[in-house]
Amino acid sequence: MTRKISIEINGRLAEGEVEPRLLLADFIRDVAGLTGTHLGCEHGVCGACTVQLDGRPVRSCLMFAVQAHGHRVATVEGMAPDGDTLSTLQQAFHESHALQCGFCTPGILMSMEAFLREEPDPSPASIRAALAGNLCRCTGYQNIVTAVRLAADRMQSS
Amino acid sequence: MKPAPFEYDDPQTVAEALDLLARYGDECKLLAGGQSLVPLMNFRLARPGRLIDINRIDSLSGIKGDDGMLVIGAMTRHSAVEHSTEVAGGWPLLTEAVGWVGHSQIRNRGTVGGSVAHADPAAELPAAFAALDATFRVQAKRASRLIGWEQFFVSEFTTALAPDELVVAVEVPRPQPGVGAAFVEYARRHGDFALGGAAVTIKLDAGGHCEAVSIALLSAGPAPVRATSAESMLRGAIVDQASIRAAAVEATRGLRPTADLHGSTEYRLRLLQTMTQRALIKAAERAKATP
Repeated sequence: MTRKISIEINGRLAEGEVEPRLLLADFIRDVAGLTGTHLGCEHGVCGACTVQLDGRPVRSCLMFAVQAHGHRVATVEGMAPDGDTLSTLQQAFHESHALQCGFCTPGILMSMEAFLREEPDPSPASIRAALAGNLCRCTGYQNIVTAVRLAADRMQSS
Repeated sequence: MKPAPFEYDDPQTVAEALDLLARYGDECKLLAGGQSLVPLMNFRLARPGRLIDINRIDSLSGIKGDDGMLVIGAMTRHSAVEHSTEVAGGWPLLTEAVGWVGHSQIRNRGTVGGSVAHADPAAELPAAFAALDATFRVQAKRASRLIGWEQFFVSEFTTALAPDELVVAVEVPRPQPGVGAAFVEYARRHGDFALGGAAVTIKLDAGGHCEAVSIALLSAGPAPVRATSAESMLRGAIVDQASIRAAAVEATRGLRPTADLHGSTEYRLRLLQTMTQRALIKAAERAKATP
């Protein structure tokens, strides 16, 4: 049995007729065509697939697309204000070399964007604690912490 | 991997959910936050034929406290408990315990009722509920009942719930004034399952004697363990390093936590003693600091 669903992703309605077993992550990638959301472990550990559901970071591999029907989803594609400008957080990642292969980056950006909304002036320790749910195998996290702090400074002064 | 196909219902009310449970019972599985069930389904370690998704039943979430009791709706997210000032004010043990659950992204979806119904022996909330003598409100189409935590948790991943029953809320009595509480655990990495942990409440009299105490352990056996003999050993005694150490050793007497690649039974016993000791020290300090 399939279901007709519509999910608001980055302000645009994405519609599809899907099996209940389709994961939200696969809906985002394969039905909505937004492949910025990455799938790593598919059991909620790595954090690569993190998106925001109604403004809160969640694992899109641990939800079925039918569950997001009628809800708002934000993915990495919705962060930049336009095709030429990065968001403050993205720009800080770029400048601080907070990514190497970039596989984990969309999930980290989704987690950190929401984190900075909740905690606009975080200590390095609290940034590290907030990063615990996202694995990165390239950077050693140092530059990610630097980038998040840089973004916080810029957001506060603007 | 991807889950095997299943039938799916998402009832809007408790009555609809109970109808579905009465009709399908063993053939279906309730989907709460999904943070334990969906990984199992992705690996196809679980292949339920039908899911009843209770995420659209608004009446199942919410936190309500009064003088005597905290009532947490079954579909209340971990993050709601974590950030509740009501919980932090009267039941700080729960605030501390829930912070250890997975990561913030998991706590944004995971639910209180899901955690207790899943009954993972390494889970934080069941142990905290054991320390606080919580009761679970359970409904079925045919009847409703209250189940105390001790009867509720039967074994690993096994509860006293019948196939047609739904946990609707958790009731937690308000701790007496002056009670100090602490939750500690150890895991290899932040957010991993605890290798051992302890949830403790303690009340001291003016002379530093233990007036009341509860000690609950996680990852210590097939279900949350209340260390009752250690509790009675401590009750009435002066709470100091020696009595805390003795109580911590007593707390693990007779336990045989299962060995696995993360730790032998002996290691886990020692760990549980250390966790109990730390929790008691912290809780006693907090009890002294509480007017």
